[in-house]
Amino acid sequence: MKGNKSFRNIYWLFLAPVLIVLLLVIVFPFIYGIGTSFTNSNGLDMTFIGLENYKALFQDRRFLESLNVTFWFSVVSVVLVNVLGLSLGVLVTSIKGKFATFLRTTFFVPNLIGGVILGFIWQFIFIQAFTAIAEATGIDFFSNWLATSVSGFWALVIVFLWQMGGYVMLIYISFLTSVSPTIIDSAKIDGANAWQVFWYIKFPAVAPAFTISLFLTLTNAFRLYDLNLTLTNGGPFGSTEMLAMNIYNTAFQEYSQGYAQAKGVLFFIIVTIVTVIQLRLTRKREMDT
Amino acid sequence: MRKQQDFGKYLIIVLALVLSIGWLYPFFLIFINSFKTQSEILSNIVGLPEQITLANYPNAFYAMNYVSGFGNSLIITVASVVLTVIFSAMAAYVLQRRDSKFSTFIYYFCGVTMLIPFQAIMIPLVNLFSQINLLNRTGLTIMNIGFSVSLSVYLYYGTMRGISTELDDAARVDGASRVDIFFKVILPMLKPTTVTIVILNGMKIWNDYLLPSLVVNQEGMRTLPLELYSFFGEFTTQWELALTGLILAIIPIIILFVFLQKYFIEGIGEGATKL
Repeated sequence: MKGNKSFRNIYWLFLAPVLIVLLLVIVFPFIYGIGTSFTNSNGLDMTFIGLENYKALFQDRRFLESLNVTFWFSVVSVVLVNVLGLSLGVLVTSIKGKFATFLRTTFFVPNLIGGVILGFIWQFIFIQAFTAIAEATGIDFFSNWLATSVSGFWALVIVFLWQMGGYVMLIYISFLTSVSPTIIDSAKIDGANAWQVFWYIKFPAVAPAFTISLFLTLTNAFRLYDLNLTLTNGGPFGSTEMLAMNIYNTAFQEYSQGYAQAKGVLFFIIVTIVTVIQLRLTRKREMDT
Repeated sequence: MRKQQDFGKYLIIVLALVLSIGWLYPFFLIFINSFKTQSEILSNIVGLPEQITLANYPNAFYAMNYVSGFGNSLIITVASVVLTVIFSAMAAYVLQRRDSKFSTFIYYFCGVTMLIPFQAIMIPLVNLFSQINLLNRTGLTIMNIGFSVSLSVYLYYGTMRGISTELDDAARVDGASRVDIFFKVILPMLKPTTVTIVILNGMKIWNDYLLPSLVVNQEGMRTLPLELYSFFGEFTTQWELALTGLILAIIPIIILFVFLQKYFIEGIGEGATKL
């Protein structure tokens, strides 16, 4: 390894910025945060109280409710975003030319815009436009979408689908286009129909895309904050308050920072377990196919 | 058989057309309503404006401190992305080229830090930066870099594997220093990955709300999403201004996207396949 020797001078120099910034922004706060979770910190004073915060978590109905909402939101949107993304991907790749480019752009655009703006756009639609439709048609379905916990939940899902669908579509497209057209053509000559081509040729090819899209959708759904804030702000009565918002409110509105930090640590543990399980399952599936 | 296929093709095109119109309709709805008066928005929400009102634009522009918000967003995003690119490419270069246990450890360590959700560290992070007097634009830039380098090192590392070490050796024989080799030979070769990293991180940082709201929520320091948020809250009873604010906030992204569309689409695909 004679190449290694010549690196002696610059190895640390080139590595230092990344190491320093990671230590300062992630590692140190993370360790400090674990410590804080065993205190009753309010941002100014703190006393060590052992596992009290963690015990309190399991009796905190609002927290458990937000855990529940986050769980169902993640399950529902992971499934729907991936079904939608794959469908859009198959649709767009089955069309050729400029129109296909236009479609890709169109479906991707919401993802560019950012959660705060998307949430406000739909706040207007759900509050003003839907109400106008309800009044004009007399159909009750369109009234008060953001005012009930069930429709508020689905409002969040709809906007999240609109935001993530095009992004996930791009991931699927990049794997779908890697399937050689000659294989598809020869399958068609052998008499395969569109469904068989999809199921036996395209579907196995997008298996790695599954892993990535599931991972991305899951982490995004878990950590959702800005859409939650701008669309429902957790309402009505905290019924659509997701985990991220619950932690934020505990820390910066109630100033129970030690307690909020315990929630954060639990959140980290949940995210890690779910991600590891998910990656294992999908990687295993990939190998089988 | 032929006819059936043609019919199927038309069906797909019609379906795609309907879907794409529906997909863009929310933007269109906001856009047409930004030219109406408040009373017309309430009485005629889906129709085109009867009389085009342009006054909303200058009013919203000044009320949301557009220039300041835009400027702050631009400085913070550009500084964060440029430094992320340079730092993570440098790190990936030495990590991949110098094979050691420590290098492998740091590489995997980057992967692990990606698992930590922001909410698990936001409280100590804000407290720490407040103690070292960095609750400002510089502090926010450092934080952005911290949250971007892991993925970037990962992606660069993958690309570095594909760049032959013979290239380094050849340049060394010609008398170039390691620093020269990196900046003049390696960095230019990493360009496709750099595009991906700029796009992924740039979008994330430009659109971010939560982190800036904790760090730079003072007058004059706010980014565009923060200005928009406080503006929208203030004017929700005046939809004509609130909606115009939304359009104003969307415009810079759309302009950039129109010019760099190809890079956006490719960058995201590349990022996914390299992960």
